[in-house]
Order: sequence, then structure tokens, then C-alpha cells
Amino acid sequence: MNIIVCIKQVPDPEIPPAKFRIDPEGKRVMPPEGVAPVTSVFDERAMEAALQLKDKYQAKVTAVTLGVSSAKSAIRHALSIGAEEGIHIQHEAAGELDSFETASVLTKAIEKIGDYSLILCGRQAADWDAGQVGSIIAENLGIPVVTVARKVDLKDSKVRVESVIQDGYRVIEAPMPALVTVSSEIGLPRLPTGAGILKASRIKIINWNVQDIGAELQGVKRSQLLRLYIPVRETKCQIIEADTVAEAAFELALRLRKAKII
Amino acid sequence: MAEFKGVMVCAEFVNGKMSPITMELLGIGRRLADDLGEELSALLIGKEAAPFSQQAVAYGAQRVYLVSNPLLDSYNSDAYTGAITSVCRQVNPSIMLLGQTDTGRDLAPRLAVRLGGGLAMDCIDLSIDPETKLMLQTRPVFGGNAYAVMITPTARPQMATVRPKTMSPLERDDTRQGEVIPLEIGIESSLIKAEIIETVKEEVEGIKLEEAEIVVTGGRGIGTVEGFDVLRKLAGVLGGAVGATRAACDEGLAPTTMQVGQTGKIVSPNLYIAVALSGAVQHLAGCSGSKHIAVINTDPEAYIFKVAEWGIVADYKVTLAPFIEKCKELSTQ
Repeated sequence: MNIIVCIKQVPDPEIPPAKFRIDPEGKRVMPPEGVAPVTSVFDERAMEAALQLKDKYQAKVTAVTLGVSSAKSAIRHALSIGAEEGIHIQHEAAGELDSFETASVLTKAIEKIGDYSLILCGRQAADWDAGQVGSIIAENLGIPVVTVARKVDLKDSKVRVESVIQDGYRVIEAPMPALVTVSSEIGLPRLPTGAGILKASRIKIINWNVQDIGAELQGVKRSQLLRLYIPVRETKCQIIEADTVAEAAFELALRLRKAKII
Repeated sequence: MAEFKGVMVCAEFVNGKMSPITMELLGIGRRLADDLGEELSALLIGKEAAPFSQQAVAYGAQRVYLVSNPLLDSYNSDAYTGAITSVCRQVNPSIMLLGQTDTGRDLAPRLAVRLGGGLAMDCIDLSIDPETKLMLQTRPVFGGNAYAVMITPTARPQMATVRPKTMSPLERDDTRQGEVIPLEIGIESSLIKAEIIETVKEEVEGIKLEEAEIVVTGGRGIGTVEGFDVLRKLAGVLGGAVGATRAACDEGLAPTTMQVGQTGKIVSPNLYIAVALSGAVQHLAGCSGSKHIAVINTDPEAYIFKVAEWGIVADYKVTLAPFIEKCKELSTQ
């Protein structure tokens, strides 16, 4: 069984807010200095789901990314934790693509790979949080999609997914090939081992570009970014001070009451 | 080419009721439609839906499209995607709104592909640009560090999913008049590929986080599992729910079902009480829609104070007991 995992490299979302900078003119986010980009957290979980299936059923896992030259390190990381094959679709303007364009390039790449039973994606990327690419790829390929998985398993010839809903989960079965988007509930991703890193260093990462796979990006964008800004957070916090903590606590309760909040 | 006109809201039902997000969507949908001088319609799907036509009108819909089919009795992604696509191809709305909910999140990208529309997910503000008449779609990005305003210049419909509790519904007005139009939609059962085998409810004690008007959330600074019991006590007195940061969940202080943040639940309560948490951006992404924020933290430099309205710089262990006592006293007055 072949499993394709789509991953995206993003600026480290854990940086402190003070380090977050944008270029409002260029409508883009400036990468924080001295902080290496990381694989988007949900994509790491998608990778973990693939490796769990590999452990259980013996599958070949292929990691694919569309990104600038540095995104190769995300593929290297995927190889070091257990992917057999890594494909980097190098595109220096990847950050300017909308979800439909990104999905169309990944669709072409998946069609070029050809032989797959399952495609796994993160439920959304930790940068733009668009939450669309996985579903669009599935629609493009005409295969079933199950979103926000907390568990992915196989049953007979189908994929069996527990899909997170507000007050629990749905158990959904879909014939393969299918696409599943994975959520953080699946569990923490594994870390590379020394042997894994060594093995990964011997695998040659496959390099494609947008033309190689026949993707066209000339169309009008369906979604356009008009403005990007950092919301103004006025510090209007009233620090409640009193002789004792208990008095401060009383005072907070009284103010909340006065504001008719409690 | 078809002319795209009007605003359509995709209604949702939960436990035999129209869910609050639907009234919120009708509220913003009506404002958008009024600004365009166009009509607002509501799409009601499923066997539960018909009795709610009048309610949709009372909350602002001028037209209600009713779709019923045995294959649509309960949610199925394939069947609903097919049905809503057919309706949109008949009605051709210029704007289509769904909730950023389990179903809205699942359906919207699929619909956008089939309809050829453009889509912005998890919007917290929508308006009409007075000049271009395009819908401006504001959504938090980069974990809430920045806001992006998106437009859909030429693709139609302009689609958006809306974060719950960010839009205010209109006052219910039962004198409003609207037209109810049943639509016949044929769905081939062979189109349903992914099947829902069962729906498992995981009972949460008390009020659900996403529905609570008051949320008390603890961070890593709570330190112990017992510490969270104190937060539960406070939530009990206030009629609220308890959340936890990812750091607290990672340390096993609280189950991940309680996690609030970008990778957890997104809440927009009236009051958010943040206890012993620093306010990482990933966390703020889950609570920045709160109307009021109060903070209890020992570190006056904690980022969470920047977004708060009231704060006490103190250890929660000595603050919460008197606070609970006072809240209890006030609630009996």
C-alpha cells in the first residue's frame, strides 16, 4: 500500500508575538530572524498517522511538499522518521499561491506519482490556516475525503476514520483511494532516531518543479489577499491592586458584577 | 452565463433545534444583502428542517429553500455536497455563508471546488466594499498574530465560513414575511462514497466549552490536576466551562478535550478568565473572540495581560478561593 503525505513548511508558530513581523505593503509575513521554519503541526500529525499505518500494515510512505528551497529540510525530516520517498516541488513563489493553486499543483504531483491508496494532509496549515487544500485535492482527484481525523485505520479494503466533531467523533468508512485530513488529536508525532537520520541522509530527494508536473498557474486567483495587518491590541488592562490578594479578588468579582458579566 | 445574485445562508440544526450559528449567519447575511440591495435566502436541509422555515424568516431570511430527501436525513459529506451544489446551481447566489462548524468546515471547500467559487474560512468579520460591492472577508491568520482581508474578485459565489459567536443575530421578529420554496433535488445514492458508520458522543460534564458564556481556562502554571478542580469549582459557581492550554494538556493536567487554542477548541464567550497562563499566540487564537478577559497570573509581564481588561497579579492558589466565595455571594443577591 502506498501512502502519500502532503506537508508544508511554515514559520515557527511558537515564536513570541513580539517577534512576529509583517510587510504590510508586500502583504506578507517576514520570517523571524534566526528561527528555523518547521513542518506545520497538523502535517506532522498526518505524517504520524501514515507511520502508524506503516507500522501496522507495511506501507510505503511518500512525503510531498510544495515550497521554497528551504522546504527540502521538511522532506528530510519526514524521511528521518520513516518515509521511504520524498518529493520536493520547488517553487520560490509558493507563498503567493492561494489554496486552489496550491491544491492544483499537489494534485498534479499526486497524479504523477500515480499509485496510491491513501493521501494524508494536515487539517489546516499553521500559517494561513486556510483549511482547504486537502479537500480541494480530493475533489480534483474525484476521491472521497474525510476531514479532521483523530484516528486512521484500515478495515477490509476501506479506510476507517474517526472524525472529530464538537461533542465526540464520527466513525466514517470510505473506499480507497481516499484522502484524509488529520488533526492534533491523533497524538504526538515521533522524533527521528540517529539511525533514521543516517538512513534519510542516503535517500535522494526527488526534485520537481511546477512545469515538470504540468501544473499551470496562470489563472485569475479565486481568493485574493487585499490587506494584511497586525490587530491593534490596546493595553487597557486594569490591574486590580489591594492590600491583600483576597481584597483584590473581591474587587474583581464586584467589577465583573458591575459590568453585568457575572 | 447565469447571473449571480443574493446572499444564501446554509442552516444547521442540532438536537432538534436551529443552531445559534444559523441565526448569527442570518444576521450578518441580512446586513450584507441590505448593503447590496439584494435578497437573503436560507437553505434548510434534512427531514428536521421544514418546521424551522418560519424561524429562519423571523431572523431575517426573505426566502427559504427547503430540501428534503431520505439521503439527507442525517449529515453525510458526499450527499450534502451534492445537494447544496445542485441548489446553488439553481439559485445562483452571489454570496454563500456557512458556519465554521464541523459540517461547514467539511462542506465549504468541496462546494467551492464544484461551484467554482472562492472561499475564506473562519471569518470573524464580513462587509461589503462600498465601491467594488465585493464581500470583504476578514480572518485571523498565523495563529491570530495577523488579520487578513480577503476578496473573491471574479469567482462566484463568494463563499465564507463564519466563526461562531462573532456575529450578532437580528432580534427575532415573527411579523417578518418570507417565501418558502421546496426544491426537488435528486441525489444518486452511488455518489455517497464515505459512509458514516456511527456517531459517538463523548459526554462532557456540565456546559460545553464552545457554548459556555463564561470560560475559565488554566495554563501550565496551575501545576496539578487538583488545581484544575478549583477551576471547575469556579466554573460551577459561574455556570461556565473549564478549558486548558496546550501546555497544560501536554503535561497531563487536563484532558485534550479541554484544550483551547489553535490546535484545540475555539471559544468566544462573554467572559474568559485566564488563570496561570502566559498567553501564547497559539492559545490566543482560540480565545481572542472573547468579549471580556480577566487574568490571574503571578507574572506581570505575561503577554495575556496585554489582551485583558482586568488583571490580578497573584498566585491563583490564594486568589481563587476568595474570588469563588465573592462570586457565590453575588450570585445569591
